[in-house]
Amino acid sequence: MKKLATGFYAAIVVALMVWGFYQAIYVAPDESTMHEVQRIFYYHVPNAIVCFAFFAVSLLGSIGYLAFRRSNPEWAQRADAWALAGAEVGVVFCTVVLITGPLWGRRAWGIWWTWDARLTTTLVLWLIYASYLLLRRFAAGPQMQTLAAVLGIFGALDVPIVYMSNRWWRTQHPAPVFGGDADSGIKDPAMLAAFGWNVLAWFAWGVLILLLRYQVERKHQKNAALEAREALESHV
Amino acid sequence: MSGPARPAPNAQLEDVSKLFGSFAALRQVSVALEPGKCYVLIGENGAGKSTLLRILAGLLRPSMGQIQVFGEAEPHDARDRIGYMSHAPMLYDELTGVENLSYFARLYPDRECLEPAEALRQVGLDPKLERPLGQYSQGMRQRTSLARVLLAQPDLLLLDEPFSNMDVESAGQMVELLARFRHSSRTIVITTHQRELAAPIADFVLALKAGRVARFEAGNPTL
Amino acid sequence: MPRVLWTHLMKDLRIEWRSKEAINSMLFFALLVVVLFSLAFDPRGPFSQSIAGGVLSVATMFASVSALNQAWAREIRHQVMDAQRMAPTPGAELFLAKVLANFLFVTIVQVILAPVFLVMYNLRVVGQAWLLAVVLPLGTWALVANGTFFAALSIRSRNRELLLPLILFPIFVPALLAMVNATGGILTGESDPGMWIKLLTGYDIIFTTVSLLLFDTVFNAE
Repeated sequence: MKKLATGFYAAIVVALMVWGFYQAIYVAPDESTMHEVQRIFYYHVPNAIVCFAFFAVSLLGSIGYLAFRRSNPEWAQRADAWALAGAEVGVVFCTVVLITGPLWGRRAWGIWWTWDARLTTTLVLWLIYASYLLLRRFAAGPQMQTLAAVLGIFGALDVPIVYMSNRWWRTQHPAPVFGGDADSGIKDPAMLAAFGWNVLAWFAWGVLILLLRYQVERKHQKNAALEAREALESHV
Repeated sequence: MSGPARPAPNAQLEDVSKLFGSFAALRQVSVALEPGKCYVLIGENGAGKSTLLRILAGLLRPSMGQIQVFGEAEPHDARDRIGYMSHAPMLYDELTGVENLSYFARLYPDRECLEPAEALRQVGLDPKLERPLGQYSQGMRQRTSLARVLLAQPDLLLLDEPFSNMDVESAGQMVELLARFRHSSRTIVITTHQRELAAPIADFVLALKAGRVARFEAGNPTL
Repeated sequence: MPRVLWTHLMKDLRIEWRSKEAINSMLFFALLVVVLFSLAFDPRGPFSQSIAGGVLSVATMFASVSALNQAWAREIRHQVMDAQRMAPTPGAELFLAKVLANFLFVTIVQVILAPVFLVMYNLRVVGQAWLLAVVLPLGTWALVANGTFFAALSIRSRNRELLLPLILFPIFVPALLAMVNATGGILTGESDPGMWIKLLTGYDIIFTTVSLLLFDTVFNAE
C-alpha cells in the first residue's frame, strides 16, 4: 500500500516537473532585458525557497530529538531521521542554488560570483549544513545524534544573523521577487504562472526525495536495532 | 530467609544490557548491591566489568533494562553519593596531589568532605609533596586517585582495577584501607584480575563472562 | 561570582600558568599568521589600513583554535572529564569558567600582538581608538564562547582536533564580519562601527545563552 502510494506520488511529481519545464521554457515570455538567460530564474528561485523549507524540517527534527530522547526513544529516532533527511536534501537543493546562481550572474552581471548578502548567506548556509553532515560522519554511537541535534539548532540560529550581517554589508542581488519594493519582482501573469508551477514542482520533488531519504534512514535505524538484538541473543 | 528484613539495596540492575553498535558488552545483567557489602567483579578482558561500573556510575546509559541507584532511575541524579575510580587517574598532571584534591573537594559543596591532606595520609602519601602529579610514579597516582574517590565519602564506591600497577604489599595496604572504609551504609564494588588480592574484604563474587553473569556467590574469590 | 565557577576558573588559570601551553602556542601561531599575511599581501600605504582589521581577526581566529582544543584535551587526558561529569555541580559552570579563562588568554595574546601589529603594518588609527577596546573584547568573546562550546562538542568525536574549525568557522561568520568591519571602520575612520558593535553584542548574547542552556546536554551526551 505504502509502495503504491509512493509510486503514485512519484508519477504526479514527474508530471509536475514536465509541466513546469514546459511552462518555464516554452510558455513564459521572453524577459526584456535579460532574455533567455532569465529563464534559469524558474529553477534558481524555487530551489532556494524549497531548500529553506527542508532546513526548517531539519531544525524541527533536531529539536524533536532533544525533546524526546529520554522520554520517548522511538519518537526521538524518527525526529533524528527527519533532521538528517532534511539537512541532506536541503544541502542538495542549496547546491543547485549555488550552481544556477553564478550561471545567471555571469550573463546578467558579467561576473560568476560576488560577495553579496544573499550569495554569501546561501554559501554560509551551505557550509553550516555541510559541517552538520560532517559531524554526523565523524562522531559515532548514540552521542552523535545528540551532538548533531545541538549543532543543528546552533546552525539554524545562525542563519538569520548571517543574513542580517550580510545585508548591512553589501547587497547586489536583485530585490526579493515578492515583498520587495514596487519596482521589483515580476508582473507578467504568464511568468508568474511558470514560476508558480516550478515552485510547486520542485517542492513536490523535494518532498519525494525527503520521504525516500527518511525511509532509508529509518531502515538503517531498524537494521541497527535488529543487529543489536541479534548480538544480544547470540552466544559469543 | 529468616531474620531481620534486609535493607533496601543501594543499587539495583534489572535485565540491563549495553550495546556498542552491534557489540553486546552486557547482556541481561540483574544484580542488587546491598549496603554494607563488598562485591568483587571478576572476568576476562572484555567481559563487561568496566561497562558495568560505568553504568552504575551514570557515565553510560543502559541500552535496555532498568537501573536504580539510591532510589533514582538515573544514577546521574545521585552522583554526589557515588565515587568512581577508573584505570586512568582522573586527575590533572599539572597540579600537586593536594591541589587536585582541594579542587575536587570544592565541587562537592553539599557533602561533608575529608580534608585533602587527611585523604592523602589515609592512602599512605605525604601531603607535603610539592611535585605535580605528572611526576608521580604509577602507584602513587593510583593512590591519589583513590584518595579523590574517598574524598566526598561516597556511599557507593566503584573501583575499576584499583590494584593494577601495584606490588603485592601496596595492594595489601589498599585493601586494609578499604576495609577501614567499610560502613554499614556503604557498598563497595571492585573489579580486578588479581582476585586473591581482594579476598580479605570480599563478601560476594560476581563473575562476568561475555557480558553475562556467569557466577554470583558469597565468600572467598580464590575458589 | 559563584564559588564553584571561581574554583573552576582558578584551576584553569593555575594549570595554564604552570604549562603555558595555550598562550605560547597561540602567540606564536598568531605571529606567524600576521607575518605570512604581510608577505602575501605586501601591506604598504593605505591598503594596509583597510586589511589590518581582517588580518588581526583571522589571526586571532586561527590561533585560538589550538588553545580551544587544548582546553578540553586537558580534561580528556586521564579521563578527568568523567570525574567532572560525576561532580554534583552544573557543567555550565565548568563551561563558563573555561570561556572566561580562554577569553583572558586570547586577550593577553592580542595585547602582546597589538604593538607588533601596529609596527609591522605601519598603522595609525584615524577613527576613535577607544572603540577598539569595545570591539576586540566583544569579538573575542564571540569566538571564545562558541569555540569552547564546539570544542567540547567535537572532542567527543573521532577526529577531535580536526572537527573544531570545520564546525566553528561557518557559525562564526557573522561575528567575523562584524569584527572585521568594525575594526576596519575604526582604523580608517571612513565608516561608523556602531551598527557592527550592536550586531556583535547581539551575537554574543544569543550564542552565550544558548551555549549555557545546551552545554549539559553536550557534556553528558553518551
